[in-house]
Amino acid sequence: MSALLEIKGLSKNFRGLKAVQNVSFDVTQGEIYAVIGPNGAGKTTLFNMIAGAYAPNDGTIIFAGERIEGLPPDAVCRRGIGRTFQIVRPFPALSVHDNVMVGALLREPDTSRASVRAHEILRLLGLHDKRDMIASSLTLPDRKRLEVARALATDPKLLLLDEVMAGLRPTETDVMVDILRDLNRTSGLTIVLIEHVMRAVMALAGRVLVLHHGEAIAQGEPAAVVRDPAVIKSYLGTEVVG
Amino acid sequence: MKKLLIDGVPGHGWLMLAVTTALLLAAPLFVNDYLITVLILIFYFAYAGQAWNIMMGFAGQLSLGHALYVGLGAYAAAGLYVHFGVGPWIGMGAAIIISGVVAVILGYLAFRFGVGGVYFAILTIAFAEFARIGFDHIKFLGASSGLFLPVKQYVSNDLWSLRGKPVMFYYLMLVLMLVALGICRMLLRSRLGYYWRAIREDEQAAQSLGIDVFRCKMYAVVISAAMTSVAGVFFAFYYNNLFPEQVFHISRSIEIILGPIIGGIGTLVGPIVGAFVLTIFSEGMTELLEVFKLTSPGAKQVFYGIALLVVILLMPHGIWPPIARALGLAEKSGEGKPTDEKP
Amino acid sequence: MPLETYINVIIGGVLTGLVYGLMALGLSIIFGVVRIVNFAHGEMMTIAMYVAVVAFSQFHLDPLLMMVPIAAALFALGYVMQAGLINPFINRPEHSQFILLVAVALIMVNLLLIIFGPDAQSVQTSYSLDSYEIAGVIIDATKAYTGAAAVVLSAALFAFFQMSRTGQSIRACADNYTGALVVGLNVKHLYALTFGIGAACVGAAGSMLVLLIDVTPALGPGYTLLAFIIVITGGLGSMPGALLGGVLIGVTEAMAGLLFTPSAKSMFSFALLVIVLLFRPQGILGKATR
Repeated sequence: MSALLEIKGLSKNFRGLKAVQNVSFDVTQGEIYAVIGPNGAGKTTLFNMIAGAYAPNDGTIIFAGERIEGLPPDAVCRRGIGRTFQIVRPFPALSVHDNVMVGALLREPDTSRASVRAHEILRLLGLHDKRDMIASSLTLPDRKRLEVARALATDPKLLLLDEVMAGLRPTETDVMVDILRDLNRTSGLTIVLIEHVMRAVMALAGRVLVLHHGEAIAQGEPAAVVRDPAVIKSYLGTEVVG
Repeated sequence: MKKLLIDGVPGHGWLMLAVTTALLLAAPLFVNDYLITVLILIFYFAYAGQAWNIMMGFAGQLSLGHALYVGLGAYAAAGLYVHFGVGPWIGMGAAIIISGVVAVILGYLAFRFGVGGVYFAILTIAFAEFARIGFDHIKFLGASSGLFLPVKQYVSNDLWSLRGKPVMFYYLMLVLMLVALGICRMLLRSRLGYYWRAIREDEQAAQSLGIDVFRCKMYAVVISAAMTSVAGVFFAFYYNNLFPEQVFHISRSIEIILGPIIGGIGTLVGPIVGAFVLTIFSEGMTELLEVFKLTSPGAKQVFYGIALLVVILLMPHGIWPPIARALGLAEKSGEGKPTDEKP
Repeated sequence: MPLETYINVIIGGVLTGLVYGLMALGLSIIFGVVRIVNFAHGEMMTIAMYVAVVAFSQFHLDPLLMMVPIAAALFALGYVMQAGLINPFINRPEHSQFILLVAVALIMVNLLLIIFGPDAQSVQTSYSLDSYEIAGVIIDATKAYTGAAAVVLSAALFAFFQMSRTGQSIRACADNYTGALVVGLNVKHLYALTFGIGAACVGAAGSMLVLLIDVTPALGPGYTLLAFIIVITGGLGSMPGALLGGVLIGVTEAMAGLLFTPSAKSMFSFALLVIVLLFRPQGILGKATR
């Protein structure tokens, strides 16, 4: 299978601080790929470069055969990359339905048909009963789901999920894992996720990239990566072991 | 188009709109000339407030200089009429184009260079003040001594040249106000309207959903400016005199935005309700102060200021939202939902 | 025109600009800490000017002496305004804050109008026509005194914010609101204090300005705008920036008055604002990140 996303030699500095250094990896069409690493490892910076929020200092990002590094976020989204934010940012004063509607309107300019699409996605993520609620009144797990729903509504080829499991209870994590796995199986959606919850990573990801101090220190199947001495050292034997 | 305009309005909403419109249509038959002029003022503020609300209430861009577009529209149409005999309806085209171009320049400068929030608001004031002082020195348009339209005692109404009795302006402004209400409803429920609200709530999140934020904000500024300039055309032909110190003054800008903020920012009916409440309050105050012999200049404004304080302290979201909820007219958040939906 | 004319005008502009700068410093301090744009800034200054006019005309008190009690009175006004009226609005949207302060400004302007009437009033001191001549350059005595006073007061404020404990606490509030709450600072009191200090700047500037221009109740909005322009030009949150912005605007106005027509002078200030906003939106001395 061909690579949907190819990252080559990607680097980003913030005033001398090397947030991401020379990171390269490929994500295959239809794959679920996880990026893990301790806090401050550069995971979100990497995401922000792929999603267009930051322009990299060096390196290339090729998505579906086209170079996208340095494009603005909206152009990246229109090419088929949807994203969530680590700190969720739903449109607070809009209803759950309207939040998703905004995403759905990208591919479906007609408001009635976009609304039909929004309803489908809300059902898929179990938010349909809460569709008339104002987004700011949702609980954190629901906001996380809303964030995923909104990104999904833009009909992406690739979904970037930034810690959507953080703060969820184990049962809620399992629900989210099921939703993502179903999406991946039924629609062939490619997913790249940043995740601290190893339970979710092990359950979902086919391959894992480990970042540490902005550098890729390991890459491969989850079971193999967690046994990698370098990885264990980077985490000082904390989360990964559990 | 039709779907955006009329879908989702409940039956009693239509009834209330119809009754209000009918009463306003019939009003000139019953009320005196003074009340007609008050109502014209209300329609004017409702219309201009509605136009301002597109920019702030829908798209979240705070303009404190909307007098700029009123003034540009007024001077464009009046200048063409006085100097070239061009009628106001054609002048309106010029007004829209000129205001649109100025709005494009302002929007481009602000949004391309990332000028937002308070800075954007102050840039809008700066543009309006720049125009005020600039027009003070344009001799062709009368400079600071004013531009005057020829006036005589009218026996008939000339709709084409907008020369006639107040009642003609009454109906024109009423129509304008209702048309603006319709336009705003369509805009709000269109794709652009959803995008505006997304931008208002969170610009970065909106951009990550594929929205071209710059372009959408530009649309908001230009549409709002163009609509506001139309109010300026009527302003010029109704008052028949224009002074830069008056039309472009910051207090004119503030007058425009008080209605929607007091009525309910971001709502469709708020600007209209706000215009009615504020104008009636202001006029009523004038009468009341005369009764109590408090006619010193400034007394009215002091009470007006106190009233503003009270409203903004007690009703942060404006007057209309609680009324709308009580009447069952609040915009449903799940609106636009398909009718063939199965539970 | 001879070169001396230009130099005289520029020096006059710099000295007036320092007073403008002190006024703008008040706005900058308030916005920098409380994050409120004081749309009643010019109106508060007009109040100070009228107090100075009354003190002079009734009790023959020199505005330069009255500067201290007037600043203290404005401090009290600012403290009460922030603690009583504005504090509930600090987390409200900008347009709400705007209406609140516009309402306050409206009340202030019109109360002044009721009390003093619409006509301009002025202060004529014994030294109002004096001037110094240094190397062929003529310096207006009044402008020299007020300019010097503005510099001294600004320096005192600067020292207060750098050295005193209270000043440091206020800066902590500005940098990190939540942090300030966590370490147990009384943010509400510090905010009111800040507003008071900003108002005191306006009070002092007002008693100086009364020596330079005539006062009318309608003066307020124009000076509110002028303060915005100065602060944005110099850089919000930068104290030297406010003074520099004031001087720049003072010189710009003076030169525009000389070379074009005095009535168009504020157009050049607006042009300066637009240029700064476009090419250096953080202001000349502002920090690069916004």
